[in-house]
Amino acid sequence: MSEVVARDIPVAVSGARVRRRPLVRRKTLVAVGFALPLIAVIAALVVYPALYAIHLATLNKSMQHFVGLGNFAFLFKRNTFWMVVEQSIVFAVSAVIFKALVGFIVAHFVHNIPARGQRKWRGMLLIPWVIPPAMSTLAWLWLFDPSYSAFNWILAHLGLPEVAWLGNPYWARFCVILVNVWVGSPFFLIMYLAALKSVPEQLHEAAAIDGANWFQKIWYINLPMMRNIIQITALFSLIVTFANFDIVKILTQGGPVDQTHVFATWAFNWAITGNDIPAGAAVSLFMAPILAVAAFLILRNVRKRGGEA
Amino acid sequence: MTAATTVHGAPTRAASYGSIARSRRRTLYWSYFFLAVFVVFFLTPPLYMLVTSLKSSAEISAAANPWWVERPTLENYIALLTENQFLTFFKNSALIAVCVVAVTMAIAILAAYSLSRMGFWGSATLATGVFLTYLIPDSLLFIPLFKTFAWIHDVTGIELINHWWVLILLYPTLTVPFCTWIMIGYFASIPKELDEAALIDGASYFQVLTRVFIPVALPGIIAATIFAFTVSWANFLYPLAFTTSADQLVLPAGIVTTLIKGDVFNWGQIMTGALLGAAPPLIIYAFLMDYYISGLTAGATKG
Repeated sequence: MSEVVARDIPVAVSGARVRRRPLVRRKTLVAVGFALPLIAVIAALVVYPALYAIHLATLNKSMQHFVGLGNFAFLFKRNTFWMVVEQSIVFAVSAVIFKALVGFIVAHFVHNIPARGQRKWRGMLLIPWVIPPAMSTLAWLWLFDPSYSAFNWILAHLGLPEVAWLGNPYWARFCVILVNVWVGSPFFLIMYLAALKSVPEQLHEAAAIDGANWFQKIWYINLPMMRNIIQITALFSLIVTFANFDIVKILTQGGPVDQTHVFATWAFNWAITGNDIPAGAAVSLFMAPILAVAAFLILRNVRKRGGEA
Repeated sequence: MTAATTVHGAPTRAASYGSIARSRRRTLYWSYFFLAVFVVFFLTPPLYMLVTSLKSSAEISAAANPWWVERPTLENYIALLTENQFLTFFKNSALIAVCVVAVTMAIAILAAYSLSRMGFWGSATLATGVFLTYLIPDSLLFIPLFKTFAWIHDVTGIELINHWWVLILLYPTLTVPFCTWIMIGYFASIPKELDEAALIDGASYFQVLTRVFIPVALPGIIAATIFAFTVSWANFLYPLAFTTSADQLVLPAGIVTTLIKGDVFNWGQIMTGALLGAAPPLIIYAFLMDYYISGLTAGATKG
């Protein structure tokens, strides 16, 4: 018995030693093979088009010759362009702030109630996020309808004047932001609720003994503990909101008189409706800087946490 | 205990027990009150969809109470569900969703296994790259893709634009990076001992994946599958840009472009179509809410 073992072990070890180098190489080969479809999809359908967009933006309308920064110079001279820049920033920043506020507040309310009831409430509160935005925006369009607005019906019954929801530029801007907040705040709610659950209860108890009120508990305990999640959720949402297309396209089509256009819808109008692909590409490229900044910040955040783990 | 201490909620020492309990109860009532307010805000549009979908066009144009149905009727549902066009949208959407989910999950699981466990030169950079591509939105990609597809048509004669199946090519730009990213997170949380034991027992890498990783990470796979399905069902920009003929459209874009004809809005049918278009994700959500939420939080927190 012991003889067999003694004889077997060196054989096994030497066998492994002989096979080790090709085995490692085989492993790498298999690993690259498994990742190959992913690399192909990302290279062909994301990286290549993103770079191609830069090239397209430097061509003339018929895409025959190179005009350098001509498309950008053309855009800069248009008032509508600066309106779109302003509206995109106002839209994205205010929508993200309100989404974060609503999510933060509602997450605290859900967290306050007994655990067994939370599932039900959370389930109802997440519904706006589940419905395809194009479909729910249709419902909002109908709620804001100029002649049959259900909101105006309520206002009329309260004795208040009617509002031209989508006809007045300021109200139309308010409406697209409102719908975006409605669609997006459940995401913040879920993220903040998960973060709230990870705040140790002892901290709140210690604060309560020290006489902290609810605001102090939120300000000095919850906010610092949730800072990471708050930052990363806001950045994610800023990217998505900045690139938003569905809501503006369905609700206002950019109108009245281009007052609610954002980069995505205006680029669509140029490239698909107006058949001027280079101008559309140039417009859509203005979404890139904010993406780069957000990506940089998120990456730094991820790396930092990777170091802690 | 005075009334003042309960009102301010900052208990004095003498009265601490009773007033903490009371202030907790008050917090609870206020929480329920505000939750109810927010639920009303969050559920108004879907409920209004339902109310309108049950109305006849005569009742809608009568401008009576818009929030209530006098004579509920299913005529809008019958009209849409017996109409070939709407059923075509539904069929196109369902086929695309199934194909996109299958393709996405195959790519994402293989790649996540490779990147999270096997590793090769540059695999960490690639994982970060996957995450970065997830941040590139469809509204930046559709123009160059549109031009590229037109170019493919010019060179090879294969017409890609205005076919519903081209969306199977396009949606992975949105689903693959995210699903790979969350699968990397799930796979990384599996103890190394499990796959090492399987490898020592003589399993191949593919067997380790199918026999160990996929069963253990099944909740993550379900979450990623739900995400891929929801995204491919809900996307609006790609179909609007790439498909125009009525028989090639998918649900969200189809409803918006065909039911809104000029200035004539048949709101009863539009709301019915919107509700039916929202139904598949809602049904999945109703049954698999926990997976849905874990996928949502995994994307931003894992990594």
